[in-house]
Amino acid sequence: MELKREVLASQPQSADPAAGPATSLFQPTHGGPLASADFRSRQLLARDMLRGELEGEALDRYVEQSVMTTTVEKAVSWAMGNSIYPLTFGLACCAIEMMSIVAARLDIARFGFEAFRASPRQADLIILAGRVSIKMAPVIRRIYDQMLEPKFAISMGACCSSMGVFNNYALVPSDKFLPVDVHVPGCPPRPEALMHGILRLREKIQRHEREGWRERYDALGTEEILTTGDTAGA
Amino acid sequence: MSTPTGTTGTTGTTATTGPAALDPADYRRREESVTMSAEPAGMGETRELLTLNFGPHHPATHGVLRLIATLEGEVVRDIKPIIGYVHTGIEKTAEEKSYWKVIPVIERMDYLSYYFNAMAFCGAVETLLELEVPPRAQYLRVIHLELNRIMSHLVWLGTSALDLGAMSMFWYCFRERETILDLFEMSSGQRMHTRYIQVGGVFEDIPVGFAHKVQKFVDEMPRRADQYADLLAKNEILLQRLSGTCPVDKETLLGLGVTGPLLRAAGVPWDLRKAAPYSSYDHFDFKVPIGTEGDNYDRFRVRHAEFYESSKIVEQALGGLPEGPYITPDRKVALPPRHELATSMEALIHHFKLVTEGFRVPAGEAYYPIESPRGELGCFVRSDGSSKPARVHMRDPSFINLQSTAPMVKNAYIADLIASLAMIDPILGGVDR
Repeated sequence: MELKREVLASQPQSADPAAGPATSLFQPTHGGPLASADFRSRQLLARDMLRGELEGEALDRYVEQSVMTTTVEKAVSWAMGNSIYPLTFGLACCAIEMMSIVAARLDIARFGFEAFRASPRQADLIILAGRVSIKMAPVIRRIYDQMLEPKFAISMGACCSSMGVFNNYALVPSDKFLPVDVHVPGCPPRPEALMHGILRLREKIQRHEREGWRERYDALGTEEILTTGDTAGA
Repeated sequence: MSTPTGTTGTTGTTATTGPAALDPADYRRREESVTMSAEPAGMGETRELLTLNFGPHHPATHGVLRLIATLEGEVVRDIKPIIGYVHTGIEKTAEEKSYWKVIPVIERMDYLSYYFNAMAFCGAVETLLELEVPPRAQYLRVIHLELNRIMSHLVWLGTSALDLGAMSMFWYCFRERETILDLFEMSSGQRMHTRYIQVGGVFEDIPVGFAHKVQKFVDEMPRRADQYADLLAKNEILLQRLSGTCPVDKETLLGLGVTGPLLRAAGVPWDLRKAAPYSSYDHFDFKVPIGTEGDNYDRFRVRHAEFYESSKIVEQALGGLPEGPYITPDRKVALPPRHELATSMEALIHHFKLVTEGFRVPAGEAYYPIESPRGELGCFVRSDGSSKPARVHMRDPSFINLQSTAPMVKNAYIADLIASLAMIDPILGGVDR
């Protein structure tokens, strides 16, 4: 799907856009030093453009410099990776450490993931923080199914990934019933570890590393959408 | 939600009668219906009961508690907690492990008071072994237990205030919590589930600089607690939500076996640190804060006052920290120091026995109660003489205290249910185990 669209970039770029789709839009762009005179001339150019004084060849050149192309997919996944709404969902010990990534020391708001949503229908990411008992597993799967696409799951802590120190009759590893995107080890993991997991998830989303988990777990298109006739199961 | 299936089948006319206007027998009959029901109440009005399901995934339930509330309008008429969503089988797992390997498992029960879980279990095993714990170890235990109590109350205060709409409290409380967790990390290497307390004493002596950092923290903590009180205790919104809501008298609480801050808020000065001192708590001078009304505000104030008392205890324990061994010299129970393994054959044998089989405990039963942040945390251990416990059972205060939900919130508003649940402070890991 090589659908190309033009996306306005915030910074002008000197590369020739006709050479192919630019890939540097979502790379850090604050690398090269800019000469102050060059900066000033571009400022004036921008002012002229906004005033409508730029015409003809000058306008064409300006547009060529200021506009870069990318694919829709790339732009969407860039935005998707940077605007994850996690679900307010705690199970056990790890939930306390999950709470502390929101707190002042780690402050997940730096990365834009601080908007925890209480309703699965508004959330993109479920962090399974704690041990999953056999009684809880169907509930978790249902909550996951209630989340709308695109959705992601992080399994936090040893219990959730491999039943941890307990490893007994009461627990289920989350991989048995849910397509988990990132596992964060630890008992409980430090908040830094969870942070790393979330950033790794962002990387995965932006690079389209889907790995076919959904198909394998039969977890595509499982959203619960209520029809008008069926309101009893809400 | 629910489909209206009552006699009238309409939801248009809801009776707004007060709590007193309802006949209990009449109510009980209609409560049996799971879905919403509507019945004529005279004067052309109907009474309706709505059964509402909270949880197990709900941000206000502090874990995975599920509550089935029967509501009439906004008034809670009945409530049934459903538990077991984090049942982990810890007590059963403990039977398969040798005594010293049980400690990490048992710490994960009530995950906000891990030092207390370990203390209760180790205390029970020490009772069975008739083991004397060195005074330095007892003091080190007290320091960590009280720091843990402050930490647990900080998490409670942060999340409860969040439920009541005071968002900034969460950041302040978690800032202090991080400071305490840094101290735990310094003495044991882990933030949570430290496995610091072990049978016969503690795992390791405190490192250099630890005492100074703890002192700095307890100097600061009363000031921080003052700031919390400035933000909350005279806040009109908080007073409206907490003051006078959901009071329960002490007879009801005692009848249900409720302990801890909930019972103390009702005016009963029952604290096991005073009533049955363990781990040399009788050496320290502290007060037991109690309430007068037994309402939600008293529950808040009692826990808040414990910030000061716990800081005082830590300071005294730090000041009077005795010299000496940090763990019992009994080599049958405690591992020998590492350097002895290179020179002493006997130490090597002891080390080998302890690591492979563990120590054996004489047959018998012991119950060791301590005062956790939530109340009486007791550990029952039965030994059959082998190196693995025959039965480990925890009397977890969250589990018992959860019983007081129904008398607390009956005929109260649903908003008060959220506030009460926050003030009960149940830890579902401890409830379900």
